[in-house]
Amino acid sequence: MIEVSQIRKSFGEQIVLNSISFTVKAGESVAIIGRSGTGKSVLIKHLLGLLSPDAGAVRVEGQDLVGMTERELLGVRQKFGMLFQGAALFDSMNVHDNIAFPLHRSGVTEPDEINRRVDEVLGLVELPGVGGKMPAELSGGMQKRVGLARAIVHRPQIILYDEPTTGLDPVVADSIDQLMMRVRDQYSVTSIVITHDMRCARRMGQRIIYLQEGQVYLDAPAEEVFNSEDPQVGRFIRGEADLKEVDFS
Amino acid sequence: MSAAKGEISSFVEGMGRVALLACEVFRSLFTVRLNWAEFMKQMHFIGLKSQFVVLTTGASTGMVFCAQTFYQFHKVKMDTATLSVVGVAMTSELGPVLAGLMVAGRVGAAMTAELGTMKVTEQIDALRTMATHPVDHLVVPRVLATVISMPLLTVLAWAVGIFAAMILASSLLGIESAFSLKHMYFYSDEEDIFMGVIKALFFGLLISLISCYRGLNCRNGAEGVGRATNEAVVHSCIAILVSNFFLTLFLRGLLY
Repeated sequence: MIEVSQIRKSFGEQIVLNSISFTVKAGESVAIIGRSGTGKSVLIKHLLGLLSPDAGAVRVEGQDLVGMTERELLGVRQKFGMLFQGAALFDSMNVHDNIAFPLHRSGVTEPDEINRRVDEVLGLVELPGVGGKMPAELSGGMQKRVGLARAIVHRPQIILYDEPTTGLDPVVADSIDQLMMRVRDQYSVTSIVITHDMRCARRMGQRIIYLQEGQVYLDAPAEEVFNSEDPQVGRFIRGEADLKEVDFS
Repeated sequence: MSAAKGEISSFVEGMGRVALLACEVFRSLFTVRLNWAEFMKQMHFIGLKSQFVVLTTGASTGMVFCAQTFYQFHKVKMDTATLSVVGVAMTSELGPVLAGLMVAGRVGAAMTAELGTMKVTEQIDALRTMATHPVDHLVVPRVLATVISMPLLTVLAWAVGIFAAMILASSLLGIESAFSLKHMYFYSDEEDIFMGVIKALFFGLLISLISCYRGLNCRNGAEGVGRATNEAVVHSCIAILVSNFFLTLFLRGLLY
């Protein structure tokens, strides 16, 4: 379904992605992990064509996104839903209109149908009755849940999650994990999660891709990664610093 | 020297990108359905809510210009020509330029700040992921609303400026109203009005394109939004003042 082939991306002198390749099959759930600054968010933006690689190819259902114009990419993006790190809700619209937005874009015009589907996803994310509120009136966790509702309302084939639990307390993070798993199981969508949260990665990732210095360091089934004897991977999973890297002076 | 070169090359590149944005706006205008809700919202914000600032500017400019012209003309006994000069200057030059500068300061800054904030909080990326082109959804309604509002605001500035000048001339400066008005009608041409309207349309296009471009290309969080807003206002004002000179020469040749 998604094929990333030898992509490279630099910003000025800094190489962020260095010959990254992997594939994601339809219905698969993949977690991409790695330390801050290893290019995870840059990578996910390539999957949607929000960024274009300097070299390599990104194919979604056989369509190469590289070289497509912004207008050509709009058609491809209808297959996707995305939950942004900061939720990225439109602050000029209330919750209902935020969630209804992708429905309007995918051609649903009947008000009753829009209201029904908005209420359905608000129920799924356990926020019934907040449709009239503005994003600024919601807590961070509620904003993430509304972002999730907006990402799934038009029933996309692929959902991308960019650090869905970052900045949330453990209880809210757990509820977001549960919601993502429910969406994955209920709608059988292809899911790609970028996360630092190992509990989230373990729950969502059937397969784990570990990025390091802009390259795929390890791409393996979740069990294999979590039982890895590789010291770097092990330290990352356990959240332990390499004392040689830490300067206490 | 190299810093100046960098500035010039960045300015030229920016103007090129604004031109590309203009092409995208025209393409969208004729191929994509207009976002009416956003357009009406912008018309309200740009057209209706800018009236006070434009009215104040028009009235004060009309009166000051009238007083200064009178004091000079009075020396050569040409008191009744004062309103003619005010009329021509307000319609073809002062009206569109001052309305443009006021709209750039009020509306251009708001547009850049809004789009810039949307950019740095990933709302623009969210729009794009939802298969929506930011130009269709955000830029076209703003450009269209500014281009329509600017001539209306300019006409308002003329009317208030000339009326304020007339009141001042007859009540405080002692100029005979009947002669003044007759001279104003006699020396003002339809071409002055056309020129003012065309300039207002063009300035509206410049302000909205520059402001939207700066907002959509904003970076580096709150500091970036502040810088982009500042640049949008400064570049819009410079573009208005520079293009006004060339428009005057061009339209004089074309209309008169």
